[in-house]
Amino acid sequence: MDLWTRRKFLIASGVVGAGALAAGGAVIGWQDLAHGAATRPLAGGTPVLVLVTLYGGNDGLNTVIPAGDSAYQDARPDLAYTPGQVLDVGEGLGLNPALKGLHSLWGAKELAIVRGVGYPQPSHSHFQSMDIWQTASPSAPATTGWLGRWLDAHGRDPLAAVSLGGTLPPLLAGATTSGSALPLGAFHLPKGRTLASFTALGAAASDDPATLAAAATADRDLLTVAHTFGPVLDGLPTSNSTATSTPTSTSASTGGAASGSGGEGSLAQQLDVVAACVAAKAPTRVYAVSLGGFDTHAGEKATQEQLLGEFDQAVSGFLGKVAHSANPVVLAAYSEFGRRVQANANQGTDHGTAAPLFVAGAPVRGGFYGAQPSLTDLDAGDLKFTTDFRSVYATLLDRVLAADPKQVLGQDFPRLGFV
Amino acid sequence: MKADATGAAATAPSTRAQVAHLLRRAGFGGRADEIDAAEQAGYEATVAALLAGPVGSADPGVAATPPPAFADIPAPGRDPAARKQANRQRAQQYLQLASWWLDRMVRASGPLVEKRTWFWHGHWATSVVKVRSAALMLRQNQTLRSLGGGDFGALAQAMVRDPALAVWLDEAGSTRQAPNENLARELMELFTLGVGHYTEDDVRAAARALTGWRLDRTSGQLVFVPAAHDDTPKTVLGRTANYDSVALVDLLVDQPASHAWVVTRMWNRYAAPGPVPADVMSRLQTAYGSGRDLTALLRALLLDPVFRGPAVVGALAKQPVEYVVGALRALGVTPDDADRTMLLAALRRLGQVPFEPPNVGGWPSGDAWLTAAAVQARLDFARWAVTKADLGVVSSAPVGSRVDATARLLGLDAWSARSRAALQEVAGQPRTLVALALAAPEYAVN
Repeated sequence: MDLWTRRKFLIASGVVGAGALAAGGAVIGWQDLAHGAATRPLAGGTPVLVLVTLYGGNDGLNTVIPAGDSAYQDARPDLAYTPGQVLDVGEGLGLNPALKGLHSLWGAKELAIVRGVGYPQPSHSHFQSMDIWQTASPSAPATTGWLGRWLDAHGRDPLAAVSLGGTLPPLLAGATTSGSALPLGAFHLPKGRTLASFTALGAAASDDPATLAAAATADRDLLTVAHTFGPVLDGLPTSNSTATSTPTSTSASTGGAASGSGGEGSLAQQLDVVAACVAAKAPTRVYAVSLGGFDTHAGEKATQEQLLGEFDQAVSGFLGKVAHSANPVVLAAYSEFGRRVQANANQGTDHGTAAPLFVAGAPVRGGFYGAQPSLTDLDAGDLKFTTDFRSVYATLLDRVLAADPKQVLGQDFPRLGFV
Repeated sequence: MKADATGAAATAPSTRAQVAHLLRRAGFGGRADEIDAAEQAGYEATVAALLAGPVGSADPGVAATPPPAFADIPAPGRDPAARKQANRQRAQQYLQLASWWLDRMVRASGPLVEKRTWFWHGHWATSVVKVRSAALMLRQNQTLRSLGGGDFGALAQAMVRDPALAVWLDEAGSTRQAPNENLARELMELFTLGVGHYTEDDVRAAARALTGWRLDRTSGQLVFVPAAHDDTPKTVLGRTANYDSVALVDLLVDQPASHAWVVTRMWNRYAAPGPVPADVMSRLQTAYGSGRDLTALLRALLLDPVFRGPAVVGALAKQPVEYVVGALRALGVTPDDADRTMLLAALRRLGQVPFEPPNVGGWPSGDAWLTAAAVQARLDFARWAVTKADLGVVSSAPVGSRVDATARLLGLDAWSARSRAALQEVAGQPRTLVALALAAPEYAVN
C-alpha cells in the first residue's frame, strides 16, 4: 500500500481535514442553505437521514450486552455488567445502563438494533477501518464517500448533505459534488468601513493558488454565516462556553489516544442545529454529526458509560424535538469497529471487529435485525460479523433516500426491514 | 502569481519569496529585517545559519524562558473538595506548561529547534488530558527537543521508554497475561512504518514484546517488572526472536518502509501535503541514510529544489500555533501573565492547544484549518494582538505606503491585488490595518 493511500486514511480519520478533498465542491453554504429553505423548502413527508459517527471504536459488547452469557462474564470479569444491571431488550441481551432514552425508544418500537455488523477481513486500524466505513469500500481504497457518491448521482446539490463542525468528513465527498461543512457558534463581525474592507479581503480571485483560494473562501464564509444564518442560530446555546474550558473539564475526551473527533461542539449542540435546520425546512436530506472518545484501551467502564450517556441524552432529546416535524427523521449510529471479546490488563479492550448498530426514529420498525455473533466461535479472539454494513447502507439508501443502492455501492445488498 | 490546473503557481518564486518561505517553514516566519538579511546572505547560507543556530542557553530567548518546575500534586483521596482542589492545581499546571512553550517559541532567537520539537510533538502526539501530569509532558517535550535532530532510532527508543507516552498508549500496566495492543499498533502504524507494512499478527506479537512496564507515579519513572514481561519468542515482520522493547524498536526503525515513512511525515509537515515526489524521496532517503540522521534529512529537505519551488511555496496553511506564534514574533509582543489565559483560549477556539492533540494521529494539516469559525477566532486574536504591539513602523509611514509597511512587518513578500486594495481602504487606522492584515488570506498561508 503506498503512502498516498495512507494519507487518505488520515483524511478519513479527520486527522487530515477533508477540505482539500472536496472535488470542486464549494466549501460552505449557510447562506445558500437559508436561501434554499426559503425558496425550495424540503417537501413535507420527504424523509431525512441523520448519521452519527462514533469515533474511536465503541465497545459493542458493552453497549448491547449479553450479560447472561457466561462466556461474556469469563472474558472480561472486571468490565462485565451483570444481568441485573443492564436494561433488558430480550433474547438474552440488555442495553448499557447509560442508554435509558434508547431503552424507552425500544419500548416504543422506534429503535432497531442491527447485530453483528461488520465486513470481511476487518482492519484493526482506526484510520483504515473508518475509511472503509465512510467509503463503503472494504476491498480496495476509494477516493469518494458513499454519501458523496449519492450526491453525485442525485442532482449534485451540495446542500443535500451537510456535516456539522469545522471540517467535512470523507463520507460526504463525491467525485463531482461534496456536501457542505457548517460551523457551529456565535459570530462577531467588524463594523462599518472595516467590514467593507474585510469583505473585500475575502473576494474570490480566479488566479489564486489553491491554498490562498481556500483562505479567501473561509473569510467569505464567515460573512455568509453570520449575516444570513444568524436567525436559525439565535436562541441556540452557543459553543463559546466551551472555548475557555480547561482540559480537566473536557472529560469526554479522556477516553484515549485515538478518540478522534469529526466535529466541534458537543453532539447535543450539533443535533440542536440539525433540529433547527429540519424545522426551517432546509433543503437537506442527510446530516452528519459525530462524537469521539470511544478508544477505551484502559479504564473502559466509566469512560464508555459517560460517553454513551452523552450519546443517549443527545439522541433522545433530538428525536423528541423532531418527532412531529413535517419530515420524518431516521437516525443511524455506527463506529469504525467494536472491541476484542477478551479484556486486556488495563481494564480496557483492544481493537476488535463486528458490533451492533442503532437505527432510531418515528419511521423505524423497532426490533432486532441480524444474528448475534457467537462469543465462543471467534476469529483470532474477535467476533465474526453476521451482517454486512453495506446492507444497512442499502436499506437507508433505498427506504430513506429513495435511491438505487447499486448505483452508490457498486452492487446490491439484501435489505433489512428496519424502515 | 499564475495558477495552473493543479492550483500550483507555475512561475519560480523570487529569491526573496524563497527565503521568506524558508523562514516560515523552518521557523515561525521572519520579520522584515530577517528577510532582508536572508535575501542578502542567500538561500543556502540561510539554511546553514538556521541549522547552526544557537542551542540551549546560548540562545538568549531560551535562557529567558526556563522550563517551569511543577510541584507534586498529592493524591487527594475520596474527599470531593480535595479532589476539586487537585483538579484545579492540575489545570493550573497545564496552563503553565502550554504557556511556557508558547513563550519559548515566541522568544527563541533560533526558532528551528522549537519548530522541530513542535513537529515531533505532532508525530508522537500525546495529550495531557489522558496523561494528567504536566511534569511528565514536560519531560517528553525535553526528550523531543534534545533528540529530535539526531538518530531517529535513538529518538524512538527514548519514546517507548517515555512515561507520558506509556500512559497515553497504555504501555504502562500491560502484562504478559493480557497484553495491551495500543502502543504496539500505533508504534507501527503512525510512528515508524505506516499502515500496510505490518500484519495483525505483528501487532499482537509486538504487544507481547512491549509488556512488563509499570509507571511509578511517585518517581515518575517507568519500572520494568520481569515477571510481567513476556520473554517467550515472538515473530515480528517475519523474524523470530525473544523481542523486548529495545530489540523491537531496533527492528522497526531499520525497515526500508520506516525510512520512507519518516521522510514522508517530515515532508508533509515542512513542505507539502500528498505523496513525496519520487526524485525528492530518493534524495531525502539518501540524506537520512543508515544512520537515520534527522538533521541531515531536514537540511536536505530545506535545500531541495522542489521545496523552494512553486509546487511547495504557499502549499500549506498555517496551523493555529504557527499563526499565533508567528504573529506575536512579528509584532514583537511578549505575552505577560495576564495574556496567557487569553492566548490559550484563542488557540482552543482555533482547535490547537499545545499538549492536547485530538488523538494519537496528531493535528490536521493543510486546508482543514481554513474554516469560517477559525477566521472569526483569528479576527478576535488579531484585534487583541494589535493593542499589545508597537505599530510605529506602520503608523510612521505615509498612508500610501502603510499597506507595504504592514507586509514588511508581518514578513509577507507580497499582497494580492485584492488584499492590497482592501487594506488600503483602512490605511488611515494603523491598528485596524494590521488587524485586518492578520485576517487576510495571504497571512493564513504558510
